[in-house]
Amino acid sequence: MGEFTVHRVRFFDYMPSAIRAMAFNPRTERLAVARADGAVEIFNFADNYFQEKVIPGRDGGTVEALCWVGPRLFGAGLNGAITEYDLENLRPRYSVEAYGGPIWTVSGDSAGTMLAVGCEDGTVKMFEILDETIRFQRNLERQKGRIISLSWHPSGALIAAGMIDMIRIFDAETGRATHRLLVERGAGASKSREVVVWSVVFLSDHTIVSGDSAGKVQFWDGHTGTLVRTHLVTKWDVLALAVSQDESSVVAGTSESIVVQFQFISSTVGRQDNEWVRTRTFKNHSHDVRALVHTETAVVSGGMDTQLVVRPLLDKVEKNTQESSLRKIAFPHRSLVCCAKKAGLLLFQFPEHLELWRLGESEGHGRAGDSLPVKRKPEKLIHLKRKGDDHIRCSAVSPCGGWLVYATVSGVRLYRIQHDNNNIGVTKVSKLPKSLCSAHQLCFSSDSSKLFAASGLSSVVVVALDPLECKHLHTLRPKSGSRQPVHLLCVSDDGKWLASANTDCEVHVYNLKKMKLHCKVPVYSSCPTAIGINPVTSNLVTVHADQQVFEFSLQQKEYTEWSRRLQQRGLHPVWLQRDTPVAHITFNPRNPAHIVLHDVFMLCIIDQSLPLPEARTPLLNQMMLRSLPEAERSRQSHAFKICKSFQHLLSMTLLDDQSLVAVERPLLDIVSQLPAPVRQKKFAT
Amino acid sequence: MAALYEGYTLCGLVPTQDLSNSCIRGIEQERDSDHVLVTDSTRSVTLYKVSDQKPLGSWTVKQGQTLTCSAVFNSQTKEYVAVSDNKMIRIWKEEDILLDKAFKATVSSDIWRVQSVNGGEPVVLFQRGAVRLLDSLLSAPQQPIEEVLAQEEAIRWSTNIVAETQQFVIFTTEQKGDNFLYLQGLNPNTLQRYRLEGEEPGLIPLSFSASYRDKHICLLYLYPNGHVYQSVVPVRGLGTEEGTHALPLPRSLQMALPVGEGLLEAATALVLDEAHVAVVGVPHPSAGAGKDFLCIWNTNFQTLQAGKEMAGKIYGQLWCYSNKLFIPHGKTLSVIPFVCPKSSLASALGKLRQAKTEGELKEFHSRVIIMIKLFFNCKKQMTYTRNTPFLEDVQKEVEGLLSRSDMQDSQPSVGQLVSILVSRSLSDPAFYTPSTLAQLVQTQCLCHSVCPDFVLLALERKDYFLCQLCLQFFPDIPEAVTCACLKAFISGGDNCPVGLHKAVLLCLIVLTSFSSIQLFLQYLQFLYLKYSQDAFPQTHGLRSPSLAQIMDWVCLVLDAHFTVLVMTPEAKGLLLNLHNYVKSQVRLVSELGKIESSLQALHQMKVKKDVGQYSIEVIELF
Repeated sequence: MGEFTVHRVRFFDYMPSAIRAMAFNPRTERLAVARADGAVEIFNFADNYFQEKVIPGRDGGTVEALCWVGPRLFGAGLNGAITEYDLENLRPRYSVEAYGGPIWTVSGDSAGTMLAVGCEDGTVKMFEILDETIRFQRNLERQKGRIISLSWHPSGALIAAGMIDMIRIFDAETGRATHRLLVERGAGASKSREVVVWSVVFLSDHTIVSGDSAGKVQFWDGHTGTLVRTHLVTKWDVLALAVSQDESSVVAGTSESIVVQFQFISSTVGRQDNEWVRTRTFKNHSHDVRALVHTETAVVSGGMDTQLVVRPLLDKVEKNTQESSLRKIAFPHRSLVCCAKKAGLLLFQFPEHLELWRLGESEGHGRAGDSLPVKRKPEKLIHLKRKGDDHIRCSAVSPCGGWLVYATVSGVRLYRIQHDNNNIGVTKVSKLPKSLCSAHQLCFSSDSSKLFAASGLSSVVVVALDPLECKHLHTLRPKSGSRQPVHLLCVSDDGKWLASANTDCEVHVYNLKKMKLHCKVPVYSSCPTAIGINPVTSNLVTVHADQQVFEFSLQQKEYTEWSRRLQQRGLHPVWLQRDTPVAHITFNPRNPAHIVLHDVFMLCIIDQSLPLPEARTPLLNQMMLRSLPEAERSRQSHAFKICKSFQHLLSMTLLDDQSLVAVERPLLDIVSQLPAPVRQKKFAT
Repeated sequence: MAALYEGYTLCGLVPTQDLSNSCIRGIEQERDSDHVLVTDSTRSVTLYKVSDQKPLGSWTVKQGQTLTCSAVFNSQTKEYVAVSDNKMIRIWKEEDILLDKAFKATVSSDIWRVQSVNGGEPVVLFQRGAVRLLDSLLSAPQQPIEEVLAQEEAIRWSTNIVAETQQFVIFTTEQKGDNFLYLQGLNPNTLQRYRLEGEEPGLIPLSFSASYRDKHICLLYLYPNGHVYQSVVPVRGLGTEEGTHALPLPRSLQMALPVGEGLLEAATALVLDEAHVAVVGVPHPSAGAGKDFLCIWNTNFQTLQAGKEMAGKIYGQLWCYSNKLFIPHGKTLSVIPFVCPKSSLASALGKLRQAKTEGELKEFHSRVIIMIKLFFNCKKQMTYTRNTPFLEDVQKEVEGLLSRSDMQDSQPSVGQLVSILVSRSLSDPAFYTPSTLAQLVQTQCLCHSVCPDFVLLALERKDYFLCQLCLQFFPDIPEAVTCACLKAFISGGDNCPVGLHKAVLLCLIVLTSFSSIQLFLQYLQFLYLKYSQDAFPQTHGLRSPSLAQIMDWVCLVLDAHFTVLVMTPEAKGLLLNLHNYVKSQVRLVSELGKIESSLQALHQMKVKKDVGQYSIEVIELF
């Protein structure tokens, strides 16, 4: 197959942000995750937990709570405003000031007509949900002390509010507080330390579950306002609660990094008198568990350690299936790295800034397994801070390294970069066409003459680049009328084809010579996670969230023979069992049969000229092949060449000089930058 | 193992004003083991059917009167007898409803108790120590009652026992801190007075329990410091009316029960059988200082067999009727069934020594003497007649002798008998009784010194089986004789599957008695220690066992005899040694294991390249 020189890059200091809040929409199976930097991510649980959308955060816009009302997503935070998110344009649609100081919690009623928010000033404010906006309706009886947590009774008639040292039950009709449940301060801890009710859940049988800063999970009778049962689960805080849809199971997340499950079951077999019994303890985090969701089959948790953990409940899923394995989502499903293939530059995208690096150089050649001496060290050329409060959504550097572009929710900025011997000049292109007002995805043509920006309604704006003036050339629109945003863009090396994929799973191919839609690839049920156009054959390769690989001939407008063969044979089970999506596809122009792709844990080169692997032969056969004599090798080898030398891969690109650039971000490096956990469980303590 | 079963409540207790006492004066067996009479400390007597937990009848004396001793059942007349206000004897039948209308008689002196055993006539014990049969007392109720006890001497406890046919009244008294035991035999009247050995000053027994075994009366008593003593008094040797002179009563310490902090206050030890004692009011050895436990102890091995925590206050009262313990605690009277199976381990260890009465021994001895005389006569008469029927007679006679259970205690007589048989056999080639001799050797009453010619006789007659028995059972065979035996064995022809001498040696090991096993282990340990010293060369002889062989044998012997060894006090040191040895070995091996795994990890560890922030590497795909 061959040798590759790999630039192994570990200086991308990508640091994910802590998970602050989560909300799950069981009807659409979408999980919304809010991070500490204010970004909101949408994961599609129906499609292999694919992170299909990201709404970037903005400075001072922390989100304390998220809430789905039907297909609409609301968030609120300490800035005191309620925000509805525009999930088509991936931006806040509007914000409504609640005028109650910082907002700690948001809860919608089951009918989808009312939104209750809990404010710092002790009020629970009710907002009516209208088609286009929300409107303040009234305050519930004002309390002393902030409202930390809220939960509607499923009937919509009552609201439970967690406060400091107590829980209040309100009549949603009259707005009067009907019960006051006093929450005991921590046993053992200082009695003078107030106890914060971090989370409440109101069940339809009028049981109220509360989790507090004294480490207790308490079950209350909401009719009488009496305490039924106390479970002391941690010495620290119980930060989050979540209940299953059938209300038979409650999970509690603690700052001791454990998640505790309670189930409404009979403590004696065969008896009917169910009670809430502590059943399981999950320990999948290293830090506070701040947000929890209880889906039908799994407990989803997130917190300070930034990882989203999907822990299947093994009594609810079929054994040894994709669904029954623990999933930790540590990295975004979108590339934050852009590589200038010709110039050997790397662009790193952070929420606050961009970094442009020049790769190092080595001298001489080495044999496989060698590390080459580095002649020139990599060098950071540009550190570009973004303007405004909005975080960077997407960015790109042109293959020649002469252009740099980024977009936020509010705008697009294009820079001209001039390499003048050792001096770097960065000039902002001041005049941009009006059509280039925002972008979901950006990419340059391979000759760096055009910029493509994915815009609203799945359209793509084409801009001609010129140092003097950048002109809007065309806006490419699909015929499908999809409102979903484009999350993938790719252009063929010859500059003839542009492909775009949106979260409706549509892939459109445009003919750039004619500036019109060439064709639409048949829609596959799973969302594409990476697309690429073969520079020689002009075949479009798409890889989807369910790990399927397709090759579509742009000339014939049909799936290629190889693609059909692959579908008939079926992909290798080990391939299908991988739990991170393929993030990027490139090609080797010198060997058009090679498709280079990667996910977080592997680099794979698919050699289309080789036979496909049989299900019973090992997929990972590189070690075995290495040990074989050359003659034997060709008989044993198959199309999927997988290399696992690189882990936590964020990017893998093939430069024009045939060397690979692998950008790794070892998880350990991330963990080491996290603050110390409140408490770490040591063995036998 | 003795066991206490789940108990049940017989009745509730009405608390008395004095909270330290339960309100039960006594519990007596009625017509059978399932019926008891419960007398409370004030006015009433209730008959219960125990298994039904149900009262069958209840009788009460008038207000103002008090029952001063527990009512008893006279099984001969099917009547109940009780005493009210110390002097009034009341007798009634089950069908009587009102006690006041039943028979009454007033006596001239205060009564301590009326006592009755099944099958025996009720006996009245007066507070001043006099004893009367109920019938003779009632024939003249006002008869004068003598004073048996000294001034300031008072009865503390009493019971009665039927020994063979004679009834005994047993009671203990206290006088100025001294305790005395009185054994009053009835028909004919005998009285024996014993002085109990003093425990620590100021300590008087908390409880007594008497039992009759093998013509001896055993008295078991518990002191507040937890010491349980047993004194054994032969029934036979009781003198008549020697009265006031108090003999010292020998005692043996049966157990020292754990008492926790301070002394026991309300506790009772009750004999259940020859090996088991029920104790109430003494802390459980593994449950802290609480005294509200009912426990069964094995006195032979001093092991706790069963224990049960009793809810509520314990009054130190305990009765036992046919495998049921009756115990008042808190506000209930509970019945707790129990079992005390004979300990098989006890017999295995040879610890169950039955007390033998001297009379039996004497009788046995005289029979042997008669036989010996008979022998000599026969010998004289029939020296020259070859008379096989005579041999059979001898055999029969000896077998008869051996069938007696008390052979072991007549060692001298057996020795005498054997030496006569041996000398006769040596002098008379026609006379030889191999089976008889073998039987006699197996009594284990013999040794080489008693009959020095025995082994030689066996060798002479080529009776290797007998030789083997001698080697096995005689503790004192001299080396020369052993050598002679070995020579004989080795020279003997071989039989399949192993050579005879080998077979004999193997049999010796198989048949080795228990104490030799201990010796064997000790020897193995000695060998091991020798071998494990570096200086000791392993090659000192080709015939010496290897270290592995020694360890194999230690393991084998330990496995086979572990339970027995664990229960033997003499083996404790040895076992501890071996345990320590094994512990150190286990630790060593586990440490080695750790080192091994780390070494392996080191071996397997790839030299991890420090990638650093940036490197340029060459990979190859195949």
